[in-house]
Amino acid sequence: MRLRLEKRAAPSAAMRWAAPLMATLLMLVTGMLILVLLGKAPGDAFRVFFIKPLASVYGIGELLLKTTPLLLCGLGLAIGFRSNVWNIGAEGQLTIGGICGAGVALAFGDTESSWLLPAMLIAGVIGGMLWAAIPALLRTRFNTSEILVSLMLVYIAQLLLGYLVHGPWRDPDGYNFPQSRLFNDWELLPLLWDGVRTNIAFLIALLLAALSWLFTAKTYAGYRMQVAGLAPAAAAYAGFSERRNIWLALLISGATAGLAGIAEVAGPIGQLQPQVSPGYGFAAIIVAFVGRLHPLGILLGSLLMSLLYLGGEQAQIELALPSAITGLFQGLLLFFLLAADLLVNFRITGSAR
Amino acid sequence: MTDSFPPTTSAATPGSAPRLALRGISKRYPSVVANDAVDLTVQPGEIHALMGENGAGKSTLMKIVYGVTRPDAGTIHWQGEPVTIDSPAKARALGIGMVFQHFSLFETLTVAENIALALDHRAAPSTLDARINEVSERYGLPVDPKRLVHSMSVGERQRVEIVRCLLQAPQLLIMDEPTSVLTPQAVQTLFGTLRRLASEGVSILYISHKLDEIRQLCDTATVLRGGRLAGTATPRLEDDAGLARLMIGSELSPCQLPPKQPGEIMLELTNLNLPSSDPFGTHLQRVDLRVRRGEIVGIAGVSGNGQKELMAALSGECLSPDVGAVRIGGQPVGRLGPAARRRLGLGFVPEERLGRGAVPAMSLSDNALLTGAATAPAMLRHGLVSRRAARDFATGVIAAFNVKCGGESSIASSLSGGNLQKFIVGREVRLDPQVMVAAQPTWGVDVGASQMIRQALIELRNRDVAVLVVSEELDELFAICDRLVVIAQGRLSPSRTPAQTSVEEIGSWMSGGFIAAADAKQEVRDAAAA
Repeated sequence: MRLRLEKRAAPSAAMRWAAPLMATLLMLVTGMLILVLLGKAPGDAFRVFFIKPLASVYGIGELLLKTTPLLLCGLGLAIGFRSNVWNIGAEGQLTIGGICGAGVALAFGDTESSWLLPAMLIAGVIGGMLWAAIPALLRTRFNTSEILVSLMLVYIAQLLLGYLVHGPWRDPDGYNFPQSRLFNDWELLPLLWDGVRTNIAFLIALLLAALSWLFTAKTYAGYRMQVAGLAPAAAAYAGFSERRNIWLALLISGATAGLAGIAEVAGPIGQLQPQVSPGYGFAAIIVAFVGRLHPLGILLGSLLMSLLYLGGEQAQIELALPSAITGLFQGLLLFFLLAADLLVNFRITGSAR
Repeated sequence: MTDSFPPTTSAATPGSAPRLALRGISKRYPSVVANDAVDLTVQPGEIHALMGENGAGKSTLMKIVYGVTRPDAGTIHWQGEPVTIDSPAKARALGIGMVFQHFSLFETLTVAENIALALDHRAAPSTLDARINEVSERYGLPVDPKRLVHSMSVGERQRVEIVRCLLQAPQLLIMDEPTSVLTPQAVQTLFGTLRRLASEGVSILYISHKLDEIRQLCDTATVLRGGRLAGTATPRLEDDAGLARLMIGSELSPCQLPPKQPGEIMLELTNLNLPSSDPFGTHLQRVDLRVRRGEIVGIAGVSGNGQKELMAALSGECLSPDVGAVRIGGQPVGRLGPAARRRLGLGFVPEERLGRGAVPAMSLSDNALLTGAATAPAMLRHGLVSRRAARDFATGVIAAFNVKCGGESSIASSLSGGNLQKFIVGREVRLDPQVMVAAQPTWGVDVGASQMIRQALIELRNRDVAVLVVSEELDELFAICDRLVVIAQGRLSPSRTPAQTSVEEIGSWMSGGFIAAADAKQEVRDAAAA
């Protein structure tokens, strides 16, 4: 008796949705095992990581707060991934979105105005789109890989942010700390409830999740992008433009990442700092795949990823673990998801030999 | 023709064991029983036909013999000895060679590298090139050892497969539908080769559904139907109807092409010159073609002579710098993309079904949208797709074309080749085109489905649609076309009605026989102009 992989007659729809759950479970088990090997009591570790962050209203608020940028980035990326356009640089578009939105605030924010906040959000969106337009332009003009270009632009964006907060945009009254001035109240996104830091951006993200479902399921543009992803030759046969597909995919994902950036800057951070994201743009790639590129799945995936961020922070404080613990769990999740995805197209059978 | 080649022994010589004997072979796949207790016996030096419609289990049975697939039950005897063939390498070691219908070539490697990979001993590239050239010349199968496979057409790839097999001097040669991409002359050359091999004692298992070829070539025939043995026959003693009855279990009605006066020109190519973007592609040169309402024009030719490029130029997947070189309904469309041409009334059935004509992972109703959304207003409103209209449309196609599937929500890749082709042809037909272009509409499609597809094209013609068919099956073109042209080396021959021409003339044109005359005429014209 030995185990064999046998190709399924058709990809298993059930397994498509079971794979992320299996991956989550395996991530938990393996993660706990590693913590035990580090000498932590498994029950303690689990409690610190996954229960404690959710034990208070404030904790739930934090969960939704961190869910917001992940959800925003994940939704945009998924639209691109479905159409075979691989934007890996959401982190860079997020950073530029933050910079552009903050730029509006720093330039015009000294007097209170009700149009300022919308203008900041729009500037963030446009910034993200412009940053994503670079790989789109290079891909459609020179056939460069959008994967490499968008990834490299992340580091350029971060250096640009560093230059701004160390140089021209540094707060003159900030004791030489590399950061901009603090935003005024009218430059900050309104909170949803007192006592939590979750802001209105979470509602915008939920709305965009619904819109992205409408886009993929109902519109002709969404259908064309899906065909381009599944069968490029069929898209050419039907006359769907590859250029338009690339531009649309990158601009949409750039826009949502830029929005995520300004929502962070004008939300929990409240000023420009040398770092505006703990890797949300990269984690959103995992979120998109764990969520099966489906808006509802991406919502669940970003809640899970957000919990990993919170749990990681708790573990640093209470278990004296390094901050790398969050990245470890993220890596485990992606690793097990890729492994479990094998079962979508194959099944394991035992054969007597 | 067969008389000059007396059949070699189809009964075993006393004392000698059959070369290959299969007993009770069964193979089940998750969704289908491909072979159910099949017996098959091949004698030394015998040319044995394995007949059956697509999906009858021929390919699975041959994969079992070649060690690609393991049977669930049954025994295999080779030269009288029971054997287990658990890999193609084992099969080749026994002396079994196979030319697959779906090619097993690596696209990124050259011809010589692909062949070197299949040889079980290492061969120095220098000597291998020479051997490839020798075999390809001897058997009239031109291939360039240095070419990369990805740039080759279906027909050229098949030649590589055949050469690869012959290099190994097999005892049993399995050929899976080898003639579909050859000129009639080349088919005769191949048959000569096969008969010579047989007279040298090599057994040949010849898989086909072309009845006339089987009658011409084969000593005995084993017929499969629905994975089961339907019977054995001596093809020479049967007529087409008898063989077809054995194969499909019912009678076939031939195509009827009622006489008809063609109307105005709907599709027109004028002096189309199109350099291929592919370094190994064929450049289209001075292509002139007119297709009128109510006629079917057929383009014959060996694949790799510019059909792919011509189809791309017609569909709009490849744009023409000269906007007037392509006209649909009189309008210049050289710079319009596929969707715009569709809106002018173009229907198009591409050669590749899965991946081009249909999205494999999408349902049939979503595949209806692929070309339907551009042309059928019900399927698209204000940028939103109507799934209901797409479902209704797909259901209509499935019913009208008798597509065997689980319904309009079936995934395209779950359909058999013939049924998917019926769906694609049906979709294009029911989108009500003014001009219909079909590339290889019946390639690899079973007899029943082919018949239906041809009939659908004829009905379009009878409804005053201009129809253009590219095919490598001459019988098909002679049966359904009002006029025939030949494509060779990117050039198009003058047109002939089937009554004006013969298989021999078309065959000689297929190897470029018309080009010298056309060039001479052009020179005279140029001189007159100067």
